[in-house]
Amino acid sequence: MHAVYNFVSGPLLWVSFILFFGGSVYRIVSMVRMAKKTDPVVYHFWSLKYALRSIFHWIIPFASENMRKQPAMTIVTFAFHICLFIAPLFLFAHIILFKASWNISWMYLPDTVADIMTMIVIGACIFFLVRRLKLPEVKYVTSCSDYVILAIVAAPFITGFWTFHQLPGFRIMGIAHILSGEIMLAAIPFTRLSHMFFFPFTRGYMGSEFGAVRHARDW
Amino acid sequence: MTESVSKESSLIADEGLDKGLARLTSEKIEKTIKTILTNETGARLKTYVSTCVHCGLCSDACHVYLSNRDPACSPVGKIKQTIWEIVKKKGKVDAQFIRRASEIAYTECNLCRRCAMYCPFGIDISYMILIVRRICHKLGVTPHYLQDTAQSHSATLNQMWVKDDEWVDTLQWQEEEAQDEIGDLRIPIDQEGADFFYSVIAPEPKFRAQLIYQAAVIFHSAGVSWTMPATPGWDNSDMCMFSGDNEMMGRLKKAHFETAMRLKVKKIVMGECGHAFRSVYDVGNRWLGFREPPIPIIHSIQFFYELLKEGRIKIAKKYAKTVTLHDPCNTVRGAGLHEMIRMIAHETCEKVIEMHPNREHNYCCNAGGGVINCGPPFKNKRVENNSIKADQLRNVKEQGAETVIAPCHNCHGGLEDIIHTYKLDMDLKFLGDIIYECMEKPEE
Ligand code: HEM
Ligand code: HEM
Ligand code: SF4
Ligand code: SF4
Ligand code: SF4
Repeated sequence: MHAVYNFVSGPLLWVSFILFFGGSVYRIVSMVRMAKKTDPVVYHFWSLKYALRSIFHWIIPFASENMRKQPAMTIVTFAFHICLFIAPLFLFAHIILFKASWNISWMYLPDTVADIMTMIVIGACIFFLVRRLKLPEVKYVTSCSDYVILAIVAAPFITGFWTFHQLPGFRIMGIAHILSGEIMLAAIPFTRLSHMFFFPFTRGYMGSEFGAVRHARDW
Repeated sequence: MTESVSKESSLIADEGLDKGLARLTSEKIEKTIKTILTNETGARLKTYVSTCVHCGLCSDACHVYLSNRDPACSPVGKIKQTIWEIVKKKGKVDAQFIRRASEIAYTECNLCRRCAMYCPFGIDISYMILIVRRICHKLGVTPHYLQDTAQSHSATLNQMWVKDDEWVDTLQWQEEEAQDEIGDLRIPIDQEGADFFYSVIAPEPKFRAQLIYQAAVIFHSAGVSWTMPATPGWDNSDMCMFSGDNEMMGRLKKAHFETAMRLKVKKIVMGECGHAFRSVYDVGNRWLGFREPPIPIIHSIQFFYELLKEGRIKIAKKYAKTVTLHDPCNTVRGAGLHEMIRMIAHETCEKVIEMHPNREHNYCCNAGGGVINCGPPFKNKRVENNSIKADQLRNVKEQGAETVIAPCHNCHGGLEDIIHTYKLDMDLKFLGDIIYECMEKPEE
């Protein structure tokens, strides 16, 4: 068990960090370079001003027409994405680990706050799941991979919560937690989770076309 | 995953699609798709396909989906059935797949770009649908009626097989007609150095010649310097842009721009058409390598707006019936001319009632993007797939609107069928109709 723990929290962690950072850089750089060759139109029409105008309207809750039309989805998705970033980055348990390995640390969240955020992420994943199963227009475009991606994202939060509260079998769960966190990190650049990097590009390009060429809003 | 079959997939017979289908072989399909994917697509397509999180949030953007509630008709639903499969299978799809993909791309999407304003990522569905059309064009599986107009474009450089002498005859005939009203009115043909060249779509000389008459009266009254060319290049429409025939689209735009150069005009003013504007302002110019059109292109909406604002035309009496406004996607989502439409309507009409949603958020008429040009086989589907527009119109009718102003030819065609089928009994007008009717005209 100890050997497994050491392996998972040692070498594997490095592998996942390398895949995450390396993969992210690779995906972005290769997209940007490919676009230069195949889609120079994006460069010709890119306008920073209008790209930002559009991006702002889509990262502020309820700033776009569609967000106002889908209030439940808007609230859930913003809560989800915010907690998804904040919880792991400012978790006491995680910061302790950084401190132990590299002697760096930063502020952390009180346990109850971290707990609530974790539950928000898990709850949001359940909401997304129900949407996929129930709404015909979402169901129609859902493939197995969408469920797998949801599971990949939910897993570290479920297992982390489990470990933290020392529920039965938490030792194994601890290992499962680290492993699932690593899987999630590694999956980001290579699955649809890469939407994280491409969002500013796709939104910004559409914002540029709408703003600078078509003189119209796109939100 | 299981292949969900759309309600729409009861295929509609179409000579072009069916004959095209009979000529396909799997090798040809695969080779054609691979060529197009490698030579004509790249980062954008790849990013759009891999970024879409399958959230379905674009559904509520599409009038087709809103009308029939068939998930296969949501923007992403159409993409799932076409480009995702094509990319995933690297072109190894069968003839029936192409048949269905072609019908989706040509008759169930208007390329109206409303979904780009509803997808959180701004994924451009219409761009991907155009890739599907490009593939279908290269495979020769295009709807018969649409292909006929594209054929006309390549043979005559206009959309309606209008012969060169017919064109000039029509202009002279309209000039004579208008001279009954205003004795010294001219339709200046091929006048080098005029301020602008007025370009129209071929259905104007063919079916609605009185629009040329009206434009002539407006220009004459405003005292502007204008001309119309005697040679091919006068037609600004472009069904090749919609059929996937980009090469031909380029030829058409080139002829159009070169005609302006030959006439040494300062700008092109174009009639009330949406897709033609898109072709010269946004798409065709890019194909030819121009970031912006090589010569300023002014849509009638803007031109009328300027004439009214500068007081070059004056309104004698306002249009009495209550009007409502249909915002054409290609000049509103495509060029932001919506406030100008409103200014003109308020200047010329007693009462204007807004449809909702409006401006950039307006629903398309379901005729655009070449859909109406796919002709009678698809007409019923086209009208049924826009019951949401009928609801929108019924709503303003109940508030008293009797006339719909739609400054776009395609929209007219689409709205006419909707008004008729859903028994809405409303009049349809161009801005030019209203201005012509209400303006002060010079005394004989
Ligand atoms: C990006 C992926 C990860 C996410 C999203 C994540 C998330 C979480 C969450 C939500 C908790 C529980 C907090 C609570 O309920 O208050 C937690 C606890 C924990 N995580 Fe992670 N984690 C990730 C990766 C990792 C990795 C890679 C390690 C180890 C190398 C790790 C080590 C721990 C430890 C030790 C705890 C505390 C368990 C306890 O207190 O007993 N996590 N994590
Ligand atoms: C700044 C970065 C990010 C942005 C701007 C962003 C944006 C979005 C947007 C716009 C959606 C569309 C659907 C919705 O509104 O919920 C979405 C969905 C989703 N995002 Fe993100 N995201 C980001 C980062 C992440 C990360 C890092 C993850 C997980 C590792 C993630 C996981 C998800 C999941 C699982 C969904 C799908 C929900 C479903 O199944 O319907 N996102 N994201
Ligand atoms: S018709 Fe318009 S809203 Fe519907 S999919 Fe096509 S571009 Fe999008
Ligand atoms: S809204 Fe955008 S990301 Fe969501 S399914 Fe539609 S195209 Fe895909
Ligand atoms: S026909 Fe009119 S409403 Fe329809 S796509 Fe064209 S401009 Fe839009």
